[in-house]
Amino acid sequence: MLFSPYITKPDSVSKIMLQVLFALIPGIAIYVWFYGPAILVSLLLASLTALSTEALMLKLRERPIAPFLKDNSALLTAWLLALSIPPLAPWWLIVVGTMFAIAIAKHLYGGLGSNPFNPAMIGYAVLIISFPSQMTHWLAPGGLGSAGLDFQSQLNYIFRGALPDGLTLDGVTMATPLDTLKTQLHMNGQMKSILEMPIYGRLAGVGSEWVSLGFLLGGIYLYARRIIGWHIPAIFLITLFAISGVFHLMDPARYAGPLFQWFSGASMLGAFFILTDPITSPTTPKGRMIFAFGAAILTFLIRVYGGFPDGVAFATLLMNICVPLIDAWTQPAVFGRKDER
Amino acid sequence: MRKLHTFHGGVHPATCKTQSNGSPIAKAKLPSKLVIPLRQHVGHSARTTVEVGERVRKGQIIGQADGHVSSAVHASTSGTISAIGMQPVAHPSGLPEPCITLIPDGLDEWMELEPCEDWKAVPHSELRHRLRNAGVVGLGGAVFPSDMKLYAHKHKIKTLVLNGAECEPYITCDDLLMRERAEEVLKGAELMRELLYADEVLIGIEDNKPEAIAAMRDAAGKHSGMEVIAVPTIYPGGGAKQLIRVLTGIEVAAGVRSTDLGVQCFNVGTAYSAWRAIRFGEPLISRIVTVTGNVESPQNFEALIGMPIAELIAQAGNLPGTTGLIMGGPMMGVLLPSDKAGVVKATNCIIAASDALFPPPRPVLPCIRCTRCADACPAELQPQDLYWFARAKNFTKAEEYHLFDCIECGACSYVCPSNIPLVQYYRFAKSEIWAQQAGQKAADAARERHEFRESRLERDKREKAEKLAAKEKAAARSEPAPVSDKPDTKPQDEIARKIQAAIDQAKAQAAEVKPKNTEQLTPQQMAEIAEIEARRARIREIAQASTDAQPRE
Repeated sequence: MLFSPYITKPDSVSKIMLQVLFALIPGIAIYVWFYGPAILVSLLLASLTALSTEALMLKLRERPIAPFLKDNSALLTAWLLALSIPPLAPWWLIVVGTMFAIAIAKHLYGGLGSNPFNPAMIGYAVLIISFPSQMTHWLAPGGLGSAGLDFQSQLNYIFRGALPDGLTLDGVTMATPLDTLKTQLHMNGQMKSILEMPIYGRLAGVGSEWVSLGFLLGGIYLYARRIIGWHIPAIFLITLFAISGVFHLMDPARYAGPLFQWFSGASMLGAFFILTDPITSPTTPKGRMIFAFGAAILTFLIRVYGGFPDGVAFATLLMNICVPLIDAWTQPAVFGRKDER
Repeated sequence: MRKLHTFHGGVHPATCKTQSNGSPIAKAKLPSKLVIPLRQHVGHSARTTVEVGERVRKGQIIGQADGHVSSAVHASTSGTISAIGMQPVAHPSGLPEPCITLIPDGLDEWMELEPCEDWKAVPHSELRHRLRNAGVVGLGGAVFPSDMKLYAHKHKIKTLVLNGAECEPYITCDDLLMRERAEEVLKGAELMRELLYADEVLIGIEDNKPEAIAAMRDAAGKHSGMEVIAVPTIYPGGGAKQLIRVLTGIEVAAGVRSTDLGVQCFNVGTAYSAWRAIRFGEPLISRIVTVTGNVESPQNFEALIGMPIAELIAQAGNLPGTTGLIMGGPMMGVLLPSDKAGVVKATNCIIAASDALFPPPRPVLPCIRCTRCADACPAELQPQDLYWFARAKNFTKAEEYHLFDCIECGACSYVCPSNIPLVQYYRFAKSEIWAQQAGQKAADAARERHEFRESRLERDKREKAEKLAAKEKAAARSEPAPVSDKPDTKPQDEIARKIQAAIDQAKAQAAEVKPKNTEQLTPQQMAEIAEIEARRARIREIAQASTDAQPRE
């Protein structure tokens, strides 16, 4: 207590991150409901890896370990990455991805607050480039696929790579709804008949549309608690809606509708949890809108014309690069100087 | 109902005002001694007018205003001057300042006062002069001499804003003053309006002070063109710029005078003191101080200027566990280096701090760019960027991002989830920039001086030569001009030649003339001189080498 102010708001990085983790829970709960508890295993593996990697890196960087481990930022990275990759995957996939995210994307850039790129999205990018086949085997939601897997079998596959006799990996997994749409359109399928396939539900994919709704719910909670602002999620979703709507109106047979774009893939997770990462997004209100606008356009373009199943991760990383420039360009006028510009 | 404006940002810390606003203003007991600093205001220190051992009466000037921006200081009670010298003062630097120590005689005997019933008949310049001699300065914390602010010669002042917002937590001195002495505050406002030729008086009071608002509204009924306005409770809503914005919608940028925009702002306590000074001739020798925090009975005291803070705290009741004393509020107050310092005109509040009230700061984490600071900043700055620039000592960039628009209200530090002492970084950057500017100024002055000297020497030489040439020319003209001899010589060449000749001659003379006192010396003296000359030459060489080594602009 040497300098004013002598009082502070009882707020902390750790509490903010904890609220974000908390807001992910509805989405995770729905995930478990539709796909079984395998996701919980990925979340646990990712959390343990993230915390140990964080501790190791802090030690190597000669930083105090306890206060940084308690800030919950590594946990958040771990959860976002775990939610971005298939839960039914060999255990090392999530471990490698998380280690890369924490060690390289976060600490080699200076640790908390200094990383220019979203660490979870870097982890995702590394995995999808290095292990594309493991990254496309998504669990079929309950009731779909040739057979459901019980938790014991899921664990067996994750840690020993073994499936029950008579089952193949293709039998229990499938591509994501976004990926399926892209493949089917590529094979000259018609939009109407594709969307009648059993993996599609009312809005987008069976199950995944509900998970997206869960993330939307969590996102609204974050906004209500003023953990995030409205600029990024609103502009991202509106832009995505608008551009996919325009394309859909022009050619409904080749372009899925805006609601499909909203509720498939990582749209909701990206809008509320990934793009809103304060460290890697702009700080000015105008800048945030430009950032979200760009991310939405890129997400749409990558989804429709790109070679990857989803576009949110790369759109995020590409927009992350632009952040310093956006910030510099969008400095708001200060008190009493509104006429100077 | 007047339409109020808002300002960006602001925070809502716990107000902690009920502790001290429950009881009326108490008169602080006469202390054992008074330590009165000669500078309690912005501007030049007052000049001592008394001597050690002299007896003074209450209200007598002991320090005369000295210089354009200055203010007088007075004996707060009758007694004997026991010391004049450096003493610790209520300032965060901890550096001692010139103070006058006064031992009260207990009689509290006033000097002859000059009340003034019909102040409207007194010329404005005389009123200003009286305010200056009465030591009236801004009591809201800025302590700027009030007479300097009561001019209206350049711009039309439309609005006089009276600041009773008192947005800082804990402080209640203005609240109590308005409750108990509303009429005199408004009479002071009347006086100020007269001096400023202002049209309206707007009195802004935060809506967490209903009693003060009621009392002031009651009193304002007797005055025309005065409006008491309840403004929302938000920190720093009592900052002059913020209150002006809320009441009038005008934004006064940093470096701009509010009077240029037709507004002048005073604290309610200043208005009260100005009224006492003009109407009753009472100089500013006491003020209301909130004593709160870790004390037995938090309350407001009317304390004599110079009263040792330790004695004031003792009157509110010392409690164990006090870790330090804060002068001002918890958002912008300063930690006092010593409780022996005296109450000054800026002392609106003393908070006895304890670990329970002000827990030690939590560990600092890196900035996560969450922009809670930007959301809270009333100056609409980007504190997270300023922090980054200050930390990197990138001061050019910090200035470009309007570092000097920061009012150091502390809202950013208050909300920072990483517990970064942001305001400290800005203060650091500002002082570094000031130091750089001062250094630059000194260097510029030195260079100018040097260049001027060079040019002067050059000029002297030239003038001398020209004079000589002119003399010769005049002499030549008096003789028959030998024009036919040199028909091809132009007059300019002739002049130039003569100047050159004059310079040569002067040089030759200089070479011939030797200092007379070095003639006919003993060999020993000659040897000494030679030695001295050699030493001088060596020093010149070294000096030359060192100036050569310095980079030139």
